Amino acid sequence: MRIEDLLIDYVQAIDDDALERWPEFFTEDGFYQIIPREGFEAGQTIGILSCTGRGMMRDRIAALRTANIYEPHTYCHVLSRSRLSAGANGAIEARTNFALYRTMQGGGTELFAAGKYLDRIATADGAPLLRSRHVVLESRRVDILIVLPI
Amino acid sequence: MLAASHPNETLNWPSGEVTRIPYRLFSDPEIYALEQQRLFRGPIWHFLCLEIDLKKPGDVRQAVVGETPVIATRDESGAIHAMVNRCAHKGALVCLKERTNVSALTCVYHSWTYDLTGQLQSVAFRHGLRGKGGMPDDFDPAKHRLEKLRVETFSGLVFGTFSESTPPVETYLGPTMSHFVRRALGRPHKLLGLHSQMIHNNWKLYAENVRDSYHATLLHTFYTTFKVNRLDMDGGMLLSEDGRHSLSYAKRATLAPSNEYERAKVHSARYGSDLAGPELLQSWNEFEDGITHTVQTVFPTLAIHFTLNSLAVRFFTPRGLDRTELFWMYLGLEGDEPQQQAMRAHQANLTGAAGLVSLEDGCINEFVQRGTRGSPDRAAFLEMGGRDVASSDGSRATETGIRGFWRGYRDVMGL
Repeated sequence: MRIEDLLIDYVQAIDDDALERWPEFFTEDGFYQIIPREGFEAGQTIGILSCTGRGMMRDRIAALRTANIYEPHTYCHVLSRSRLSAGANGAIEARTNFALYRTMQGGGTELFAAGKYLDRIATADGAPLLRSRHVVLESRRVDILIVLPI
Repeated sequence: MLAASHPNETLNWPSGEVTRIPYRLFSDPEIYALEQQRLFRGPIWHFLCLEIDLKKPGDVRQAVVGETPVIATRDESGAIHAMVNRCAHKGALVCLKERTNVSALTCVYHSWTYDLTGQLQSVAFRHGLRGKGGMPDDFDPAKHRLEKLRVETFSGLVFGTFSESTPPVETYLGPTMSHFVRRALGRPHKLLGLHSQMIHNNWKLYAENVRDSYHATLLHTFYTTFKVNRLDMDGGMLLSEDGRHSLSYAKRATLAPSNEYERAKVHSARYGSDLAGPELLQSWNEFEDGITHTVQTVFPTLAIHFTLNSLAVRFFTPRGLDRTELFWMYLGLEGDEPQQQAMRAHQANLTGAAGLVSLEDGCINEFVQRGTRGSPDRAAFLEMGGRDVASSDGSRATETGIRGFWRGYRDVMGL
């Protein structure tokens, strides 16, 4: 149940523009990567966006709040049920499909991305946290740009 | 309906002028069609793929030249070929997979089969069935093939051209640009990642954008916001002898690195900043020439960047009048240490569809596309750094690279 809360709170924080909470869903040295399926399956190391540790995640959010320029838009994530399984070192592995709709200011709502979250979740101390999250996109083609985390 | 007039008349573009760019060029379907004919099928080298896409005999890689689907192949002897991906029979795609390895190319429609050079080998039911049907007696397979492009490889890049008159790639690039392509790609490299962006603008707006050294610190404020002390001193914009291709570069200040950074070849300490995750900018010195950042363009739709240790080939191609697909091919070198590969991966965050430094380029060209809509008879004003087309050593506050693109464009298009 607490893992389900983590997975749902994560997308709702992004959908609700509470982006400063985003790094807090990860362990201090957590890893985050958005990568196309093709590259992920080929074992490539570079995707579209990656963060190693909460510091880089905070920089991402600070950058989009203060430095980056883009047209305002919002996200709406729709999640599937998750398949949970036991991973190494007491972690839990989770696989969850998502559909992500993006709404531009003054524009329509369009499907922006679809894919799966592949997570390693640490449960050792207190609340569950993401040790790593791979956001595997079905398509390698991004419409316009990605600035908000997925 | 095509207008009866020549595009030159509707453009009203003074002869030789490259400081005024009529907005019509970004929105006129007639000009778009003319580009397909004169530029994409003209005496120009077009990037097809990386040579590492065609490692083994039988490897086939889809590519595109303007709107024309192309395939590049490596035959049994190791030679690279390129041809239009269009069956000589009915025009169907012959190769359906983006990458594959085959001994022959067979059209799925009627099983016409070609060898890896594109020469027709066999035709199904050529002699009919039970003595009936079949091709006329004078049908000669040797007279049919997939439409050929000339190919040349240069420093791991595979180029193709439809024209017999395109000079060799090295001549096409000129000595300055050839040097920097070799500097970036002359060592054995490997693909570390690939993605693309669909940007909502005419392809020429990105061709301008990637040559625009004037906008870099104005639109892209990541470095200044986080007070990243780049210590990059000199910089400039070099143009090829004909002005079409460009290289924007920055040099690092010469500082004596501390022992520990020297050992690890890491100079992140030089990049003092407000970043919470400063490992993002960890880097090492790869070159002796003091240049830390290059963004190079090859006319018309190719760019190569080597910024700190981030190496990528960017290729952009029209997907209609106001859509452009921009591909990012991130490379590492064969023999990279794991730590070096990790640094290339961290630095990849600065560019691409989600680039901390450059993501604005995903939308800025669309803002021009939308801003100029309804104003085909107005023109852009490009006089930063003067009115000429010449290298600008020492300053990047210039639009000379963009003017160089337009000089090349006007020559090729006859506009």
